[in-house]
Order: sequence, then structure tokens, then C-alpha cells
Amino acid sequence: MTLLQVQDLCVTLNTAHGPQEVISHINFSMDAGEKLGSVGESGCGKSITALALMSLLPLDSQTKGKIILEGQDILKLNSRKICSIRGNRIGMIFQEPMTALNPVKQIGAQVSESIYLHLKLTRKQTLERVTELMDKVGLPVSRFGLNLYPHQLSGGQRQRVMIAMAIACNPDILIADEPTTALDVTVQEQILDLIRELADSSGMALIMISHDLGVIAQTTQNVMVMYTGNIVEMGSTMDVFQNMSHPYTYGLFSAIPHVGSSALPGRKRLSSIPGQVPELHLRPRGCNFADRCSRASKMCKAKEPMATRVSDQHQVWCYHPLSCEDKK
Amino acid sequence: MKKPLVKIEDVYKDYQLPKKYLFQKAPVFRALHGINLELHQGTSFGIVGESGCGKSTLARIVMALDEPTSGTVFFDGQDLFNMPAAELKHLRRNFQMVFQDPYGSLNPRKNVMGIVAEPLDTLKEKLSYAQKKEYVAQILSEVGLNATDTDKFPHEFSGGQRQRIAIARALITRPSLIVADESVSALDVSVQAQVLNLMMDLQEKYNLTYMFISHDLSVVEYVTDQVAVIYMGQIVEQGTTKALFQRPLHPYTQTLLRAVPDVNPLNKKLKNMPVIPLFEKTLESCSFLDRCNKATRICVNNAPELLENEGQLVACFNAE
Repeated sequence: MTLLQVQDLCVTLNTAHGPQEVISHINFSMDAGEKLGSVGESGCGKSITALALMSLLPLDSQTKGKIILEGQDILKLNSRKICSIRGNRIGMIFQEPMTALNPVKQIGAQVSESIYLHLKLTRKQTLERVTELMDKVGLPVSRFGLNLYPHQLSGGQRQRVMIAMAIACNPDILIADEPTTALDVTVQEQILDLIRELADSSGMALIMISHDLGVIAQTTQNVMVMYTGNIVEMGSTMDVFQNMSHPYTYGLFSAIPHVGSSALPGRKRLSSIPGQVPELHLRPRGCNFADRCSRASKMCKAKEPMATRVSDQHQVWCYHPLSCEDKK
Repeated sequence: MKKPLVKIEDVYKDYQLPKKYLFQKAPVFRALHGINLELHQGTSFGIVGESGCGKSTLARIVMALDEPTSGTVFFDGQDLFNMPAAELKHLRRNFQMVFQDPYGSLNPRKNVMGIVAEPLDTLKEKLSYAQKKEYVAQILSEVGLNATDTDKFPHEFSGGQRQRIAIARALITRPSLIVADESVSALDVSVQAQVLNLMMDLQEKYNLTYMFISHDLSVVEYVTDQVAVIYMGQIVEQGTTKALFQRPLHPYTQTLLRAVPDVNPLNKKLKNMPVIPLFEKTLESCSFLDRCNKATRICVNNAPELLENEGQLVACFNAE
């Protein structure tokens, strides 16, 4: 059953260079309980997509298209109705637990805020719910209490508080925006396990946003690769990672050093993508990746590519997708 | 055996913490605990560990920015902490640092010429402006920037380009050692690859020695020849990169390596199980005791020393 459907979503932000389209014509849908990944470099629109879903974009931005949550277009709702969805039906874990938590409020109060707002429980019931949540995320009240301030917690513990806040109202969709970027690998592993477990046990759908291909590979079923506000490749994680078709996806994959590289003989160089992500006002016409792509032709610079089907569950937006031989 | 370029000898570093009460003796935090390392000319030495383990403290001491509480550092045979300040200042041209944050480490009010040429002022011979300009132009083209960029300011560059400016600044005095403290972790992967390749090219060209500090194990494996794993201020394992990544002996190194998520979705590899500490940690215990899944009774009352084990140095009683 389709839970969330995003149709032709465009977001325009006001920048120093005038209004610029940050996200253009994004389409995707999610089923209940699905785990969707969104991967790409910074500035490619991953976080803006998430903020659009949460209706947290700046007031002077313009959003076009449809975001349909169970038959209801949330872009058409008034702010009060959106309030009843945000934090309630859609929860979000933000990137930096240092800045996303309120430094002058105790963690218990921060976790109970959305419960109080959305679930209309009594004081006692709220306390029970908070206690249950803290147990779930591994900060049992018996050991940590609810009166701690964020600065008394470590980075991983703060992220656990963020997770407790995000899942407080049993949302249908949990958005995790780079939840582990600021953490050590060992803590990252624990947090990812926790998110995965929570999503599995409660049937929440998960949108995992990350620039780390490893994190996406290990946590998601489907993935969309984004570049400069467009989806360039989308499909099941298995298909996309096994058979990368877009030159950008392949470039990203080849640019990361893999654990185990020291076993290979000789001193080698990483293959890198030339140039850098173009700034908003300097995005080229046609395919945005054309300037950095070795396979680009005249056609790429003239017109944006349409979706091409690679397999049943795998689409790519490229005129010259890679075949298996190209990757050797 | 060739003489090492840098020799770190039994370095301890204590930091005083703020007092809780007025007449209390200030509590001490031991950031480094008896570190011994040798860095050889032309090689890369990696330092890995979690945040707060003392990686950056070690970098600051090697750069002579902080003085160790005890122990010392020899650079090219000279004791860094036992020489006149003026001499140390001149010696500094030989070791330079590239910092983590390319946004915070460049003065926004100076142009590229001012930033890159600044280290030249420590040289004994004084250079004219024209000479400096020539040096800067040459070094900029070496790190892949335009020689004409000298009049621009940092905000006109992207993150990767800024890191190139930082590398140019480090290289301009022709140092033999470069300490790179998380130098690529703030960059996007495609740009990170460009900067790593540049650093490796420059190493081959100038026979540079790198001390490469990172929490990203795959990056360290890629660029270094030797690695030391630090846990709570102590080296727990040290060896050639190849041996250490192929066959990690210390349980902490094994934990770190297992925690890196695999890019192949089919690879459901062995995961780290949460460790239930079997023993109470005391002052004499091994520092890793409470997170170790191999702890035995001997680990409780004795701290293991860094001993040779099949070509690697490991500080563990139960290494395998």
C-alpha cells in the first residue's frame, strides 16, 4: 500500500542570486514499512527534500507539486493541520544532536513535548510513555533519569534522545537526516542498529539520508541517488549497488577508499570525479552532471535526460548509462 | 636502520581540569600515556582512534604547539622541547600542519597571497615581495589552483579548493613533515578523493613524510604505510598498514574494523555484539577492559604493555 507519494516536487529558495530552484521535479513513492535511502554529496537536495516533507522550509520559499500522505496532499493544508502531522505522523532525526536539542531544557521535557502536543495524554501517562521511550532507545530512566541537560550527555547519547523525540508519537514515517555523521564508527554502528530495530518492530517507514554509501547499503531496501536537486538513479538498493548505471553513482562509488584496499598490490590512486558540485545559480542547462561526466555528448548539454528503465526496479536518468563492460 | 625523521619518546600529557571546589587540588586528565613512535622520511604514518582518544593532542605535541608533561620529541635528531625559542622558530619551517576545517583555518580577511606567503616570514633569509609572489604562484599551480588566484579571498573558493590553499600554505617552506589532522573529513567524497590523490602525488614528488590522523579507517588504510591505533591515550596496536588491516590482533582494532558499514548490501558481515563487562574496572586494569569481549582475570589487575606479536606491536594479553 502506498503510504507517501511525492509528485513533481519543486522547491525554490530565495538566495543572494535571486530565487533559485533547489529541487526540480522529484517523483517517488513509499510503502508502509519501506526503508528508503537518499544518497549524494552536500548541496544536492537531500535535506531540502526531507524538510519539504516536514513542511519546515523557510517561509519565503516556494513549493510546487504534491506530497500525498495517505491520500491527503500536505502541501495544501493550513499550518494548523500541518502541525498535527509534523512530529506526529512524520518524525525526524536531525543531523547534529548538539544543535538540534535545546541546551536549556532537560531531556525528559524535550522528549515529552511532542507527546503532550499530539497525544493529549495526562501528566502520568506522558511520564509512562517517556519512560518506555527512553528504555527503547537505551537510556533507561532508572540509570539516567529525565533531569539531565544535553551537555551532560555524549554525542551518541544525545542522538538517542533525538531518536526518542522522533519516535515519540509512533510516526508512520521516520526521516533520519545524516543521523551518524558526527559520530565515531563504533557509536554509528549502535545508532544504526537501533534505528533499524525500531523501524522493524513498529512497522515505521524509514527515509535514511546519508552521504555514506556504506550506511545506505546496510540500512535500506530502496535508494535514490541525488545530484543537484534531481534524482539521477533510483531502484532497489541491491540493484543499484550491484549494477550502477549512472556515471555519477559509479563515480561516487569509485571515489571512496574501501576497507581492504591494503591487500591490493602497489600504490594506487583513487579515481575521482573532476570538478565539483556546481553552485545553485551556476547549474548548467540539460543534464546537470554533463560538465563533470566523461561520457557527455551534445545531447546531454541540450536537454535533461528522461528516466530509462534498467530493470524492473531500477531507473536511471541518463542518455549514456554505464553497461557492465564500462566498469571494468 | 635509517635514522627516523621524528622520534616520539615516552610522551605523557596531562591536562588540568577545572576545580570543583576552591581549595581542591585541580583534577588531572591524562590525555597521552607513554607514547613511543618513529616516523621515517618519505612514509605515511596513520593515527586512528575515536574522538577524545588523544589523536589531536599528539599532533599538537609533534608540531611543538603544546609541551608534553614528560617525554620529548626529536625532529631530525634535535630535541624540540629543549632548544632556544628562536631556533625552534626556524626549525618550524620543516614541519607544517594541515587542519580539519577548511573554513575555520584560513583567515577570511587575508587574500590567498597573504595566507600562503605567511610561513615564509619565519625563514632566516628575508625575501622580497616579488620573490614571495613567485614562490606562491609556483606552489599554487602545484596544488592545482590558478597562479592568478593570489588576489582572491577564501570565501571565493569551495571546500576542496580551500583545503588546497591550506596544503599550499603548509608546503611553501618545503617541509619534510606534514601533520594532517582530519584533513579530508570535512570534504565530500568526490573532492576527498581529489585531495587525497594530490597529497599522494606531492609525497612522491618531494619525499614528504605524513602523519595522517583520521577517524576514517578506510582513508587511513588507503594512504598510510604504518598505523598506530590509540585508545584512551595509549597505543594499543601498531604495525604496517597491510598487516594491521588484514589481521588485527587487538580486540579494539577488531571492533573498529567490524563497525565500518560495508558498501556491498549483500555483505552481511559479522557484527559487534554489545559487550557485557564481566569484571569491574580498577586503576590497574587494562583501559579497554569494560568494552572488551575477550577480557580474562589477568586483564583486571594488570595493564598490558605494547609487545611484539608476529611483527605487530599489541598491548593485549589475549591477542590473537
